[in-house]
Amino acid sequence: MAPIISIRGLSKTYASGHKALRAVDLDINSGEIFALLGPNGAGKTSLISILCGIVRPTSGTASVAGHDISSDYRAARRAIGLVPQELTTDQFETVLATVTHSRGLFGLRKNPAHIESVLRALSLWEKKDAKIMELSGGMKRRVMIAKALSHEPRVLFLDEPTAGVDVDLRRDMWDLVRKLREGGTTIILTTHYIEEAEEMADRVGVITGGRLILVEEKTALMKKLGRRTLTVHLGEPLSALPSELADWELRLSEDGQDLIYEFDTYDEESGIPALLRRLDQSGIGFKDLNTRQSSLEDIFVGLVHDQARGNAEQEQAA
Amino acid sequence: MSDYSNWRGIAAVYRFEMARFARTALSSLATPVITTALYFIVFGSAIGSRMQQVDGIPYAAFIVPGLIMLSMFTESIFNAAIGIFMPKWSGTIYELLSAPLSPIETVIAYVGAAATKSMVLGIIILTTAHFFVSLPIAHPVAMIGFMALVSISFCLFGFIMGIWAKSWEQLQIIPMLVVTPMTFLGGAFYSITMLPEPWRTITLFNPVVYLISGFRWTFFGVGDVPIVTSLVFVAGFILVAIGVIYWMFRTGYRLKN
Repeated sequence: MAPIISIRGLSKTYASGHKALRAVDLDINSGEIFALLGPNGAGKTSLISILCGIVRPTSGTASVAGHDISSDYRAARRAIGLVPQELTTDQFETVLATVTHSRGLFGLRKNPAHIESVLRALSLWEKKDAKIMELSGGMKRRVMIAKALSHEPRVLFLDEPTAGVDVDLRRDMWDLVRKLREGGTTIILTTHYIEEAEEMADRVGVITGGRLILVEEKTALMKKLGRRTLTVHLGEPLSALPSELADWELRLSEDGQDLIYEFDTYDEESGIPALLRRLDQSGIGFKDLNTRQSSLEDIFVGLVHDQARGNAEQEQAA
Repeated sequence: MSDYSNWRGIAAVYRFEMARFARTALSSLATPVITTALYFIVFGSAIGSRMQQVDGIPYAAFIVPGLIMLSMFTESIFNAAIGIFMPKWSGTIYELLSAPLSPIETVIAYVGAAATKSMVLGIIILTTAHFFVSLPIAHPVAMIGFMALVSISFCLFGFIMGIWAKSWEQLQIIPMLVVTPMTFLGGAFYSITMLPEPWRTITLFNPVVYLISGFRWTFFGVGDVPIVTSLVFVAGFILVAIGVIYWMFRTGYRLKN
């Protein structure tokens, strides 16, 4: 199946000289939930803004639902619903009026039944006649989602959807996102919260410094890069790593109380039994052991760290 | 370009703008009406009774077209500028920029709504004036047409101001420092034939002269300059404004990075 979003060599350099995107290539499949993961300033919002027509690309091309975003921008934009990061709404309009307005702006004929179902799904129906300025921050965020869904988009962009959002809204939003996906909507969310990507996404793209450094099925990504950590809580603190243990890549915690050993989950031999025997032989007593599966967060921090180091080396070489 | 136009999008923006005007209808319409009434009392009755006729027209009637233009200039610029400046300032412009709306459609919607409001205002001031002076209108159709052209041209200008301005202060600076003086010196309250040289020649460089003169012609059949000259000026103004807006959208000037 042809991807619903296709991005080729997309770059953006702002007037300030800041390179927000560097030759990004990305295909997004129809009907998937794609999480674009990266630290602040990685280029996530720039990427979304270009696709939506808010920022102009410096070079490269992109198409949404088969329509080029610049030569066929009307059809491309019609397919997109955008919920931006910043909480910006009109103030004096009523909820119903602003959501109805959004639908008209995208060129669709009125459909009160659809607007009602969107407002109900977001628990906004009771507030439909309230002025937006009278609403709480969380309710305003719901209004912005309702506006984005008013024109029945095939692709929904959620830019940092849960930044500053309460638990109820977060849960409602995820319910809605799942429901939308069941209805065939493609959802792209940007986040720097790993749990969000971990919980929701089918695929994850990691972006940092304007480069898309990795795109992977979430489960495959976790499998591929999953590491476990063994922590050995010692009976007596150590001041330095004993030389007998040099065969393993161990770290000593700052208080000298814990030995920390990281290993790949899928390695044939973890080396743990041997490590424990060696500890025993060396007379190092321990009180407790625990192992932990690394989360997507650890994977992510590792990737970003490697990338930053790679860049620094490149620059030194150049 | 796609092969259809988004007239529903134009209608949505137009309705949104008109709803905004309706919310502030009282203040935005009452203010110019009261101002106009004050001008009539001061210039028309108090001073006008001691003045000669200008071009064979009683002074109180003579100033009506200038007064209408004065209010329409200011309001057209202000309303069109606010219309596009507000979303830019509050951030809600993201929705407009991401909507399937072409630049031309965006301009039609915003300028159309602001010009509609200016027309309503001009007609209200004209009606108010009728309570103070007897006012012949020699060319009523031309009068309405001229009003529409002036509304459109100044709303286009205001739209440019709204895109250009980065702050509320900048938004007000051009109307205050440029447009108001040009209007006062553009023959709103006098015929430029009353001026001595070299002021008369200098005044002819003020574009507002041609607008007020043309509008006055539609009332009294006489103006400081021929009506054709006035129309050429309005047309030129509109073309320049459209050219600037075209450039702004093409380059994304202060709208898109």
